[in-house]
Amino acid sequence: MIKILCGVYPGGTYEGRIIINGKEFSFENTSAAEKQGVVCIHQELELIPDLTVGENIFLGKYPGRFGLVDWNEINRKTQDYLSQVGLLPKNNSVERCVRSHDKIKSLGIGQKQLVEIAKALARDAKILILDEPTAALTESEVETLLLLLEKLRAKGITCIYISHKLDEVMRIADSVTILRDGRTVGSSSIKDISKNDIIRMMVGRELTNLFPFEAHQQGEVVLEVENYYVEDPAVAGRHLINDVSFRVHFGEILGISGLMGAGRTELFSSIFGAFPASSRGRVLINGEEVRIKNPVDALEHGIALVTEDRKKYGLVLGMDIKENTTLSSLDEVSRVGVVDLNKEIFVTNKLISQLRTKTPGVEEKVRNLSGGNQQKVVLQKALLTKPKLLIFDEPTRGIDVGAKYEIYKIMNDLVNQGVAVVMISSELEEVLGMSNRIYVMSQGRIAGEFSAEEANQEIIMHAAVGGGCE
Amino acid sequence: MPQWGVVVNKLKAKDSKWDARNYVMFAALVLIWIMFSIFTEGKFLLTRNISNLTRQMAIVGIMGIGAVLVIITGNIDLSVGSVMGALGGLAAALHIWNGVGPYQTIFIVLVGGLMVGLVQGTIVSYFNVPAFIVTLGGLLIFRGVLLGITKGVSIAPFDQAYILYGQAYIPPQFVWVLALLSCVLLISLNVLRRRSRIRYKFEVRSMMRFILVNVLSCALILAVALILNDYRGMPVPVLIMLALVVIFTFVAEKTTFGRSIYAMGGNFEAAFYSGIKVKKNLVIVFMLNGLLAAIAGIILSARLNAGTPSAGQNLELDAIAAAVIGGTSMTGGSGKVAGAILGAFFMASIDNGMSMMNVDAYWQYIVKGIILVSAVWFDIYSHKQAK
Repeated sequence: MIKILCGVYPGGTYEGRIIINGKEFSFENTSAAEKQGVVCIHQELELIPDLTVGENIFLGKYPGRFGLVDWNEINRKTQDYLSQVGLLPKNNSVERCVRSHDKIKSLGIGQKQLVEIAKALARDAKILILDEPTAALTESEVETLLLLLEKLRAKGITCIYISHKLDEVMRIADSVTILRDGRTVGSSSIKDISKNDIIRMMVGRELTNLFPFEAHQQGEVVLEVENYYVEDPAVAGRHLINDVSFRVHFGEILGISGLMGAGRTELFSSIFGAFPASSRGRVLINGEEVRIKNPVDALEHGIALVTEDRKKYGLVLGMDIKENTTLSSLDEVSRVGVVDLNKEIFVTNKLISQLRTKTPGVEEKVRNLSGGNQQKVVLQKALLTKPKLLIFDEPTRGIDVGAKYEIYKIMNDLVNQGVAVVMISSELEEVLGMSNRIYVMSQGRIAGEFSAEEANQEIIMHAAVGGGCE
Repeated sequence: MPQWGVVVNKLKAKDSKWDARNYVMFAALVLIWIMFSIFTEGKFLLTRNISNLTRQMAIVGIMGIGAVLVIITGNIDLSVGSVMGALGGLAAALHIWNGVGPYQTIFIVLVGGLMVGLVQGTIVSYFNVPAFIVTLGGLLIFRGVLLGITKGVSIAPFDQAYILYGQAYIPPQFVWVLALLSCVLLISLNVLRRRSRIRYKFEVRSMMRFILVNVLSCALILAVALILNDYRGMPVPVLIMLALVVIFTFVAEKTTFGRSIYAMGGNFEAAFYSGIKVKKNLVIVFMLNGLLAAIAGIILSARLNAGTPSAGQNLELDAIAAAVIGGTSMTGGSGKVAGAILGAFFMASIDNGMSMMNVDAYWQYIVKGIILVSAVWFDIYSHKQAK
């Protein structure tokens, strides 16, 4: 949506019209959008860490003549913009002090956010689009940002503030539009709408029967995590996961819900030993404390992970199905370090028929498969390790409805065979439709635990946006 | 298990998957051979010349094997030329100046190669310094080490038992025995494989084609033996190279280690998440590469019958070029050990043919450079076509 507005997707790739001040526009690229004063600040900030504040603010638009940059001009104007966003040295507080020649990487995340806004002002922004601007900020930084936005509003700049954090929306916005699944579901002035109304609209449609829910018999505890912390690899001293404790039982599908950036993926990939940041806390498997340093250890302890991004973390796209399937269990299909090709093909075929993977053969490159079948190959790989605990991260992202249903059935089968299943998902319906128990995560903590019976969309959304669990 | 009969029946026989690229490489090789034959009035095709040609390519071929392994993992090794030079110099210093026996010398040099690989691999793998930098440093360091060891002079001569590895020939009768043995081995392996595929009900090629492929392969082996025997037999470096190709092809394509390094090059993250010991494997790859450099160093010093301060200069680039011309992708994840031999053969043919035509040496560099770039361009082009 925002990508269309600020010209990342060029005109013609979408339908509909963009009207600014009564005139219709179609942006070919971001600079065309910027010419009309539409400037976007993405969630992942787009500053270049090794350049200075001034260089970043004027990036691509350096003032000067004959290809020579007029640095005095840059420094003078930068001071001006920095003062507008409240980052000038003369402010008495030391940490707010940013100068034109500071490198971006020496700044805090909140300061970077403000520099982004200064950069937008330098581009004569009339419409400023902020995508989840406070996702990485501390509370005081959020406060600074909101105050600044109020100042900009007074100057007549329109801000589009995209956020999951309803408290911020309620405080700053004049009017609100709710989008769900790529559609507008409601639009209202902020005076006429309550937080609960918004949550109801975010949740939206009724549950259809797309989920083969089964009430499984909960068994012994397989995984127990106590007081688990994970550091933020980008910001020293900040924790992505804060004091999390939970249990996973045999014979259940445990749903993990929460909004983007709540720390779900980080938590589980850290437990799996794959997250590149230090963690502390106790992890017990079958009641025994274990130290999992890398995925090798995790697989040895019977934990398998089906990752969120299958192309990046799950598959070697240039390899064929059998090679991908056996990648985690090469010792299973080899003798004294030599791969037994026939055995490899045999076990792969068995899994292909078990999961009904559609492919012309085991020697087909996974690059050529559809999303759903690629996901099944990732699953084949995980199943071949004979896991006790199988973690699915967004198991049905980007695959069609038929394949989704099949994956749900496979989950049920696994649970019936005694495997514990953890399902991390951003799709509320999926979590509600499949889980026997649900944890909701919010900002690196577990914000609520619900049984399948008591959970509903509103309760989960409340917990996820940090509204607490009454 | 009837329900997966469908899948099995559709299974393709992968036995001889040659893509367009291999055909073009082969055609280009034949073309330049014809060209050189014409320009040298047939002297290029004399068995003496072909024998020399194979001996010339052996060193780059052996180092090319190492380059293939390293590049498959998505890394690069710029230090092998210096390393092989330094190890050859070490051999000369130990053997000639300090009276260490030839076999002890060889043993020490091989261990030295492994150690160099261990150190460089550890820095790349565990300290996360890019391989380009580590081995660029290695290039300088080991060139310095070589100058230090040899004190800037050539050290000569070696013992007979040592220069054998660079200069001797395997007598014709042994070559025949070897050739016949390889034929028998090849055919029995193919038969075993075919039987096992039939037992698992996988698709196999028709009997006619099976026989044809085997006959052709054996004919090729015997033809090589015939040509080499017509001169003096098989040069020892060539035998070593062929043995290494067989061993490393097996390692790369049949072992779990080989599978792991292809996966690491294809998608490092996925290999890591799949529980492959990525760091350890990378160190092993560098150690094997060091070992191959040591073998090449021994052969070169034996052939020159001296440890010289300039030994191995620029050879790392020839090794990389051999790997790349042989179809190894610089982005990692794909490549064949045997391809390095093809690449080395290609370049040696150009060197040899152009020298015979009395073309100035500078042209050889220019032509080799053009061929390297065209080979990679063609690789990228044919991949695009495939998609």
